[in-house]
Parts: sequence; structure tokens; C-alpha cells
Amino acid sequence: MNKSSEVAKEKKMKAILALEDGFVLEGESFAGHGEISGEVVFNTSMYGYEEILTDPSYKGQIVAMTYPLIGNYGVNEEDYESLHPWVEGFIVREYSQFPSNWRSKGSLKDFLNKYNILGVEGIDTRALTKHIRERGAMKGVISTEDLNPQNLVEKAKASPGLIGRDLVKEVTCKEKYIWEEKVRKKPIYYVVAIDFGIKHNILRALTQEGCYITVVPAFTKAEEILELNPDGILLSNGPGDPAGVPYATREIKKLLGKKPIFGICFGHQILGRALGLKTYKLKFGHRGGNQPVKNLKTGKVEITAQNHGFCVKLDKLPDLIPTHINLNDGTLEGMESEKFSVFSVQYHPESSPGPHDSRYLFRKFVEMMENN
Amino acid sequence: MPKRSDIKKMLIIGSGPIIIGQACEFDYSGSQACKSLKEEGYQVILVNSNPATIMTDPEMADRTYVEPVTPEVVEKIIIREKPDVLLPTLGGQVGLNIAAELFRRGILEKYGVELIGAKFEAIERAEDRQLFKKAMEEINLSTPRSVYLNDVESAIDFAKEVGYPLIIRPSYTLGGTGGGIAYNVEELKRVAARGIEYSPISEILVEESVIGWKEYELEVMRDRKDNVVIVCSIENFDPMGVHTGDSITVAPAQTLTDKEYQRMRDAAIKIIRKIGVETGGSNIQFAVNPENGKMMVIEMNPRVSRSSALASKATGFPIAKIAAKLAVGYTLDEIPNDITKKTPACFEPTIDYCVVKIPRWDFEKFPGVNTVLNTEMKSVGEVMAIGRTFKEALQKGLYSLEQGRSGLGADGKDIDLKNTFLEEIKQKLITPCPERIFYLRYAFQKGMPLEEVYELTGIDKWFLYNIKEIGEMEEKIKKFSPLNGEKQIPPDLLRKAKQYGFSDVQLAYLLDTTPLNIRKYRKKKEIEATFKLVDTCAAEFEAYTPYYYSTYEVEDEVRYSRRRKVIILGGGPNRIGQGIEFDYCCVQAALSLKEEGWEVIMVNCNPETVSTDYDTSDKLYFEPLTLENVLNICDKEKPEGVIVQLGGQTPLRLALPLKREGINILGTSPEDIDRAEDRERFTYLVKKLCLNQAPYGTGRSFSEAKEIARRISYPVLVRPSYVLGGRAMEIIYDESSLEHYMLSAVKVSPEHPVLIDKFIEGAIEVDVDAISDGERCVIGGIMEHIEEAGIHSGDSACSLPPYTLSKSIIQKIKEQTYSISKELKVIGLLNIQYAIRNGEIYVLEVNPRASRTVPFVGKATGLSLAKIAAKVMIGKKLKDLGITKEKNIPYIAVKEAVFPFIRFPEVDIILGPEMRSTGEVMGVSDNFGIAFAKAQMGAGLSLPLKGTVFISVADKDKPSIIPIARQLVNLGFNLIATRGTYRILKENKIKVKRVKKIAEGRPHIEDYIKNGEVQLIFNTPVGKGPKFDEYKIRRQAVIHRIPIITTISGALAAVNGIKAMKKGELTVKTLQEYHQNI
Repeated sequence: MNKSSEVAKEKKMKAILALEDGFVLEGESFAGHGEISGEVVFNTSMYGYEEILTDPSYKGQIVAMTYPLIGNYGVNEEDYESLHPWVEGFIVREYSQFPSNWRSKGSLKDFLNKYNILGVEGIDTRALTKHIRERGAMKGVISTEDLNPQNLVEKAKASPGLIGRDLVKEVTCKEKYIWEEKVRKKPIYYVVAIDFGIKHNILRALTQEGCYITVVPAFTKAEEILELNPDGILLSNGPGDPAGVPYATREIKKLLGKKPIFGICFGHQILGRALGLKTYKLKFGHRGGNQPVKNLKTGKVEITAQNHGFCVKLDKLPDLIPTHINLNDGTLEGMESEKFSVFSVQYHPESSPGPHDSRYLFRKFVEMMENN
Repeated sequence: MPKRSDIKKMLIIGSGPIIIGQACEFDYSGSQACKSLKEEGYQVILVNSNPATIMTDPEMADRTYVEPVTPEVVEKIIIREKPDVLLPTLGGQVGLNIAAELFRRGILEKYGVELIGAKFEAIERAEDRQLFKKAMEEINLSTPRSVYLNDVESAIDFAKEVGYPLIIRPSYTLGGTGGGIAYNVEELKRVAARGIEYSPISEILVEESVIGWKEYELEVMRDRKDNVVIVCSIENFDPMGVHTGDSITVAPAQTLTDKEYQRMRDAAIKIIRKIGVETGGSNIQFAVNPENGKMMVIEMNPRVSRSSALASKATGFPIAKIAAKLAVGYTLDEIPNDITKKTPACFEPTIDYCVVKIPRWDFEKFPGVNTVLNTEMKSVGEVMAIGRTFKEALQKGLYSLEQGRSGLGADGKDIDLKNTFLEEIKQKLITPCPERIFYLRYAFQKGMPLEEVYELTGIDKWFLYNIKEIGEMEEKIKKFSPLNGEKQIPPDLLRKAKQYGFSDVQLAYLLDTTPLNIRKYRKKKEIEATFKLVDTCAAEFEAYTPYYYSTYEVEDEVRYSRRRKVIILGGGPNRIGQGIEFDYCCVQAALSLKEEGWEVIMVNCNPETVSTDYDTSDKLYFEPLTLENVLNICDKEKPEGVIVQLGGQTPLRLALPLKREGINILGTSPEDIDRAEDRERFTYLVKKLCLNQAPYGTGRSFSEAKEIARRISYPVLVRPSYVLGGRAMEIIYDESSLEHYMLSAVKVSPEHPVLIDKFIEGAIEVDVDAISDGERCVIGGIMEHIEEAGIHSGDSACSLPPYTLSKSIIQKIKEQTYSISKELKVIGLLNIQYAIRNGEIYVLEVNPRASRTVPFVGKATGLSLAKIAAKVMIGKKLKDLGITKEKNIPYIAVKEAVFPFIRFPEVDIILGPEMRSTGEVMGVSDNFGIAFAKAQMGAGLSLPLKGTVFISVADKDKPSIIPIARQLVNLGFNLIATRGTYRILKENKIKVKRVKKIAEGRPHIEDYIKNGEVQLIFNTPVGKGPKFDEYKIRRQAVIHRIPIITTISGALAAVNGIKAMKKGELTVKTLQEYHQNI
């Protein structure tokens, strides 16, 4: 990095956010500079910006936080959900200069600067959220260089977008690896986790339930996975459109009935597609930590963490039952097939950020392996 | 699960009078609950002694008992009504305590009444510290180490074990009354002894201190399927050591990572399950060590609370309403979210703004009181402010407080920083006090490093940094000069300043111009307030409930209608002299104008109230009640008019300024209001109508005042002009006291003169509430005060109808009222205070606005004056509304005031012209004595029917006490008295025993009181303050909750009450029944 860009990082620069439909807002960069594009989405979590930034599922997206004060507690490495941030850009109402928390190791600004992520503040994020709610999540550009709104709208239109695109290949690990965390609970089960963009807390939660895990890249063949002879297979979360990764659907289909499978979020969508269900894009998705999900088996409600723009369409299929639905909009949140010993949820039982109400699902996975 | 069909009748216990620690938030929760349960088809029976509540309006419940909230009276109601269930969690600590007591006494079981919401076991587990601690241990949560003790010695032993500081909490006192902090053994001895004294069971909890830790609260809800949601997180600005009711608090929590927040959330869920609150809301407090994150559970309230009211207003999630529905069996997923309509209530609100609550104290009412904030709550009200940033919300909140500040300083009211030593600032930082927030700014201005400010205050550095940023912005603005010059402030900076919450007043001060010029300039540069919605979901879903706050953003989301609309300005934060009564009037007006098909817009900033329930009006603006903010709303809404006469002095002060800006004021014109408020113009009016007024003068200096006092002769009543609640009002008997008053008690200046009235000694005071449409005036109620003139009307008990006045006097009072009303062309409400002596009527005060007694009159007579007033203000005629006849009620209603003296151990309790009561109760009966006795009971001081009465009266009262004493003996009481009073009683052959004064050796009168050998005290004061023996006696009476009556008229009424109670049994009756007989 040369010196002039160092200077630019310190100085707040005017920034323009333009959406493909012509909606434009003005703010200032608080970290980084330049021009980036992505799908603009909003997240309603009041806590957990660090986890959100490092969640690979946000690859290809510009995330706007609806909570206006961000950066308050700084950053610390313990709360990373992967090795580094993935978002294309980050939009907040007010960046808090002064981090205050006993675990804080640095400021959000320095963190974003380190990874060259553009952070913008001073945006009317509520106006943005309302716009997205009404018009749907859409492509957008943020620039500190080109301040001509018209140009930026055109650039937004021309940017790639998410539909049909394979973003998984950009976030999945290149080689398989072993999750090095001590398993303290017995008996120990062996799990292969397919990394579509896996959040570390899934691995932590599995470890806590007594699982020893090998993480494999998304493009791993079914045969290679079976060769590892796991007790169960976990399909992780990941970014973008499940239709964009046909190879994954193909391989998962081969695994059905072979081993217990637990799908989370993107993994749930891939499992759905492997079972023959369709997926579709939601208008603006679910991103936040307060989504009510009803467990149809118990009748109880879980407050869940969610982050998805696509959804599985529930068609009647033999041997498959819906297990969870979203109380806000009635969309499918979970399903199960006893025949294949598979189940999945659209939301994030590992939360991080978000409530811990659904951690029981990891235990359920272990029980499934136990009974298999 | 559907609602329960096995229950039909339910009993709700209200929280009684407004006191410190238990204010109108319980009217808000109770009203919500009543409405929501009636909606479900249940028959709701309500008991609440507080007439100034919306919940006791007869249409809110099916059967409304305005009766004392005591176990004995509630038992009578249970016997009469046979309810199926009792819902104890909505009436504050009082409601909960009464329910628990009824359970303990076996009354609920006897009459087959089920407790819903929280079972007795859960209440006990949450309320009993030891059971609570044990429960927490069982779920692996830490609590501070603590022990229950009955003596000071054991407290010292405990201190040796865990060290200092220690927190001392007396058992069974409300809001920590009598508690405190001890930093050394000396303090421990003192605080522990006091705590033991205050506790009705002589027990204190001594607890390891977590002073300086961060304090958090979570509002939790649970349904009977065990679904649990967190409605709101709150972070206290002031660290542990200051009562949460006295802390500035912020929602949501600002400085927790998700990991830490979720850990707290998990703990809260475990706690509500463990304690076993079946359904409804609870408030759980946590302390977190700022060094390492160690978390402790401090306490849990298994009921709706002040914090839950705040959380409801902060998020838009109506906790009390939902709690009521959960109590009858619904589950969270079955209840729709009112705001989004499409999504269920089973979710956790997320907000996209910052909320700041700031308490308001009224220490100036209690000279000599210790203003240091600690674990005992002392504030009397609060404001809430919403902004997109903490800085904006904080500054709006400070502006909302109406204590002369227009934000965080920079408003011309700051201390002279140059001549203030750093040491002095440090002292203010170390000791939590109301003005500490301003001293944080001074410290930064003096260049104190943030780290040091943190060391001194323990306030989280995140908050401190934000305050520093406000100061930095101030410095930036200051560089520019008035708006026309070369150094005009750039619009971008001005916008940023508004986003930091700077008011036009602050900007005007910094830029050396007027607030209205700033406004004009802003509008020219298109820097205008935008209004955003409070919607529970951060805009994720469309919201239908119009609940707004202002900020400076790009998009304004208000949907402006073209309906006929009116803005009602509320009363702002509760304070002594302006409380729930005014909110009551605003709410009634809102409901009444909705009935008329008008769009009603409410503006207020008090989170405790019913008026700030988004259900009350068509639109709610949660905003400071200032000219700037109201004009911003008028700019957008363009109402037909603004109602200023219902919210007390707060909106009234805005009447003329608003009018000058072209805003139409509905009702009596601001000029005519001024004719009544301005002394000179008022005198002219009285003369014109050939009425009587006590001679008076207006003093602009001590010498002028002296002249006037000599002319009209002592005693005189002095006060600053334009005040409410008798602020700084005193009766003065001689020139040296006058000198002291003029030179030290008030700041007199030509602009702020002092009014000096001849004080009419021994007069009967009368309050009249009337209503007029400009043509016809109808009297709502004439109230005769029980205490004589000179005691503030808000502090005096009163009787409706009058109980000693002759018919001809009453007739004259009516006629005078009509003629004043006509002269002032009153449209709306009118309150007049008269003094009557020897058949002569003096007009003391005319207030063409809502008065404190409007709700009382409404409850007593069934005539909803505020509702009618609102209609009159939009042009209806009384005749068309069917209001032509004045009501004569065939029973007696007595109002009694309730005081916060137990909170302020240093303060003398004798009554005077300065109002000090926080609330009121009403007693109704066919008999004056019983009505009075009920009112005393409701106020928490039941008159005894037997035992010993201690009498000690001033010399001037000695003749009048003789018949009273004689009656007491005839009623079977024993009398005791100290020397002077003893002698006069003895001389009159009244049986009395002499006791020693405190200075005369032991056992003295204090010992008798402490030993429970005195059941009632009559003490008319010789003098005020600690130098008098009787001061100590009065304090002891307060601490030991012995009824003490400090006026002869009060003593007479009390004897009357005792007599009536001994004769007949106390019976209960609903308001609906009373009103039927009119």
C-alpha cells in the first residue's frame, strides 16, 4: 500500500451509494476508499457486526446495518466467523470512533482498512432499508472516486448480481482440513463438513456436542467424502444462489441415504435441491437475529439468527416433512426426511450473531448419528 | 393455545397513589391491561385508590373501585365480587405485595381466587433475596454475596469477611427506601442502624458491592408454552451504585458484543424459567465487571415495571397489553404485533435508533435534602428521547427535562468555567448527582483526559467519548459568527450539528443570534427535521402505527393526512406540581376528539404516561415540548390548532410564542390566559368585576418588597411570578424573614419580580373547577380544603361537595366563577381558588386551564371535564353536548395528598405553601368521616380506632385542640402529651399522661414512638427544621408509619373519621354504582 492511500484512509471522503434502480444516498467513507459493487442488503441485528463481516455468506453483498451506531465495542479475533471479512462493502449510520469493551483489540475502522473493505457512514440507513423492503434487494455501487450518481447507477446495473452465480467457489477452502479444537464430550462422532462458506461457530458448536470434524471444499466428490467414512455429513452455510452450484447438488444427491446429513442455510437449500425441491429468491431476504420460527413438532417458537436471500419452495414430496416455518412470512425454515436420515434448517442454529434458542439441533444431529 | 374460557371475572389491583418509585407507568400498564382484557370479553374488576388515573375512568373496567389498596379492603371487594382470578403483576410493587399478602392470609384460597400471571411461589422466589440467591446458585449464575441481619454488630462482622463498600437494603421497603452504601465502618454503623429502623421487620440485607460495574437490564416475556422473548436491553449510563430509576439509561445496550449480549440473554431466559413466572413480563438486572466481563444477577421484578414501560415506549412493543393476553392463556405466536399487523408478537424487537432516558429530580422542593444519588431512588419523573445517534438522543433528552437547559450545555446556562477549580469539577464527577452529566462536559472543556474522567466516574468510555464529541462539535460551531456575516456557518456543519442533537437555542447561543433566526436560516438551507417511525422491526416490515420521532436525515416518513387535525401538547416529565393529573386530561381530550372524528396528534416526552401510548391518539410524536420541536411538527402537520391548556405549565408557556409564529391556539386565547396569570392585569380584572382580592404588591427588590409588606401588613405570602406548584412560595411573618427570602431564597430582578400577597390567616380555601364554551359556564365541582388557606392546594386534603360552607356562600362562589369565566372569555377549563373568612370571599388565583383536581372531580361526579373541554375547544357548545346542569352528588368524596417524606430523611414534613406531594388518593362514602378515613387509609396512614394519641400543638392552637382531645378520650383513646400541651389539657380536665421531651431525659417521646406505643400523632408545628424537638418526632412518625396530622383542621377531620369508622363498618362500592345515583 503506498503512502497516498494511507493518507486517504485517514481522511473521511465523500461517498455515494447508488442502486440499480436509480436510488442514491450520500455518505462518507470511514474506512477505505475506491469503488465497489454488490447486492445491497440490510441486516437488523443490533449486535454482532464483527461476526457478520466475517461470515462468508455475505460474499458478493454490500451490507447495511439497520442499527445506527456501529463500531461501539471494537473488534477481537475471538469473534471472527472465518479468517477475514467477506462483505464487499459496509454501510452504517454512524461509525463509533471509540471502541469500548474489555475484549476489544482494535477498532472496526482499522480492521476494515486492513482488509481493504470500504466502510461508509452518514447514510440514512432507514431510508435505504425501506427502499430495499419495498423494491427488493438489488445491485448497487459505492464509490469515493466517481461521485456522479448517474454513472454509478449505470455501473450498478452492469455489475454481476447474484442470480445463477457461483460465489461458493470464491469462499470455500481450497483443500480439506481438520478443525483443530479439543473435543471434550464423549462419545466422539466423526463429521465431514462441506464448506460452502462455513462459519466457525458451526464447527465450534459441533465440537461442543462431541464431534471431530474434517472440513472439505465444496467441490469435493461424494465418493471422496464417503471414503473418509464419517458418522455424519454437515452441509454448511454459504453465499449466493444455490442454483449457481449445480455440482454440489449433484454430489449431495449421491450422499442421500448413505449417511445422516444436517444442512444449515445454504446447505439446507442444496439439500432441498438434491431432494428435488426448487429454490427461489426472496424479495429482500431475512437477515437479522430476531426471526421467529415455529417448530411444528413441539409447537414452540425459537428466536433465530438468519441470513439468506434464497429459500426452498416446499412442494409435497413423499418421505419429507416440513419441521419449521417462519412466523413472519410463512416461508419454509426446516425440513426432515426420516427415510434418508437427513434434516436441515434455513436459519442459523449456531447463531453468532444471534440467539442460542436453536442449539438443540446440533444435539439432534448427534442423536441421528447415534441411531444410525 | 386459545384464551381460557373457564374464567369470567378478573380482579386487577392498581398501584395506588403516585409516589417516588411508583408513578404513572402503572396507569399506563393497568389501562393497557384493562382495555385488552375487556376486549377479550372478560369482566374486569379494578381497585385503585388513585383518582387521577385513566384506568379508573368508569369505562375502562366493568366495575371500578376507587378504594384504598389494602389487603382488608381488597378482601371486601373479593367477597362482594367473587372474581375467578386475580392478576397481580400490573399494579407495581403495591399490587404484587397486596396479592401476596392476600395469598398468605388464605383469603384467595378461601374465596377460590386463582392468581394468574405469577403464582405466589414465583413472587416469593423473586422477592425474597435469600430464595432468589439460592435459585440463582442452582442455575449457576452469580449474585453478590450477601446476608440478612437484624443488628449492626453482625453487619460489621460481615464487612470483615467481604470488605467494603457494602450495600445496605432494608427488607420490605419500596424502591430501596432507607438503604445506602457504606465505605467504612462508621458509615456502616449509621446506614445499617437506619436500615434496621426503616424496615418494618427490622431486617437489612448487607451485600457485597459491585459499585462501578456496568449495569444492564433485560425485559423478558414468557408465555405458558414456555416461549421466551427479550423485548429490550437497557444499558445504564451511570454504573452500579446509582438506583436504576435515578440513572440515565440507554436502549439498546451499546457496549456489549453479541457474545456477551447472548450470554446475558441466556441467563435471563434461565432466570424467568427458574423463578417460575408463568406468563407475562419480568425485568432482570445484571452487573458486569468492566475489567473482565464477569456477570452477576442483581435482581428480578416478576411484574411490569418502570423499566418495562420504558422498554415499551422505546421499542413500540406493548409489554403490559401482551402480558395481560398471555395471562389469560394466549401464547406469543397467537398475538399479532399491532405495529406490523402481519407479524406475530412472538419475536424480539429490533430498533434503528438510540433511546435515552433521563430522570428528573425536584430537590429544590426539599431544602436540606441530600442530593447525592445512591441506591435509593429520589427522582420524581423522567423523560425519554429518541435519536438516530446517542448524542442526538442525549441532547434531546436534556432539552426535554425542562430544567432550563437546552441540551448538553452551550446554552448560556453553564457555570463560569474560568473561575471554577478543577478540584470542584472532580468532586462533582466522583459523587453521582443530578448535574454530573453537565460536569462531564466541563471536565473535557478543562482538558481533562478521557481516561481520568473514566477513573473518576466509572461511566463507560464509549459514553464519555460521545460527550467529548458533542463538545468538539460545539468548538467547531463557535468558530463561526452570526448568520449574515462572512463567517456564516456552512450548511453541512449545521446539519451535522442538528444530527448531534444541538437545539436551535444552543446554536443561537454559539452563533450569537436568536433561536428563531437559526430556524429561519435552517429552513432556507433546507435543514429541516425529518420524522422517523418507531416500528419494532427497524423498517423490515411496513408499520401501521404512527409513532414518530424527529431527527435530521434524508427521508421523512410521516404520512400526512388531510383530515381535520389538532395537536395536543402533553405535560412533559412528571414533577411535583405537574404530574399524572395533566396527562390524564390530555388523554381524555385525545379520546374525546377522536370520537368527534378529528385526527389527534399527541406530543410528549414522558415515557411513563398513557398519553405516550401509541394507542391513545391517532399520531404520537415523542418529542421535547419546546417551541422548536413543536414548530417542526406544525410545519409538517399544519394542524387547525394546538391545545395548550391541558398539559399544565409546560404547554401553557408555549402558548404565546406559538401564537406569534402564526399557530392557532385552541380554547381560551393566550392573551386572556395572560390576563389571569399576570398579577397586575389580574388585579385590574378583579376590580373590574367588583370582587375581593387580598392586598398585594409586586416587589422587584428587597426595599420594594419591604415597603409593600409594611403597607399590607404581615403575615405575607411571597412567591416568584409565573410558577406552578408553589415553587419557592412562603408565608412570612416578619421583616427579617422577608429579607432572608428576598436576598437568598429567590433571585429577584426587574424581569422576575416577587409577588407579595397579604396572607389571609385562618381562612377556608376552596377550589372550583368549571368549564365554559365562551357563552355558558358550568361548574364541575366545588372542593372545600380540609387544611386552611396557606397550605398549597395540591398538598391539602379536600372534600367534594364542601362540608362546612353555607348554601349562600356556595351560591356566591358560583356567581363569581361565572363572571370571571365570562370576563376571560374562557373556552375550555377554568380553575379558581378562593379563600373564605368570616363570610368574605377572596379570589386567590384564576387558572384558565386544566387543574390538578380535574380527574378527582371527574371520578367524584362522573363528569369528564377534560373530555368536554376538548370538544368545546373545537367549537362545540355545552348545550349541544347536553352539559347544562351542575351535578349534586348525594355522597362525599375526599381527596388526600401523598408525600415522599420517607425518601428524604433530612426534610421536615410540615405543610406550607410550597407543594411537595407526589400523588393523591380518593375516599368515597355517604359519610364525610368515613370518606376521610378511607382517603387516609389510601394514603397509607390508616387512622387507628383505639390506642394512644400523642398531642403536641403550638400555643396558638391550644384552645382549638381541647374539644378534639375531649372527643378522643370519649372515643376511648389514651392521650399523652409533653409539658405545654399536657398542662392545657389537664387544666381542662382531660385525662392525659405526661411524657418527656427528648431533652428531658428518658424514656422520652421518641422511645414511645419507636416502641409502638403511639398510634396517632397530632402535632402543629412551632417551627420548622432540625433545631426543633418536634422535628425529630415528626421524622420518627414518618419512619414508623404512624399517622401524623400537622393542622388543627386535619385533626378535626381525623377525629370525625375515627368516630364514623367506630360507628359503622367500612363498605365498598363501585364508581359505576355511585354515578348511577346522581
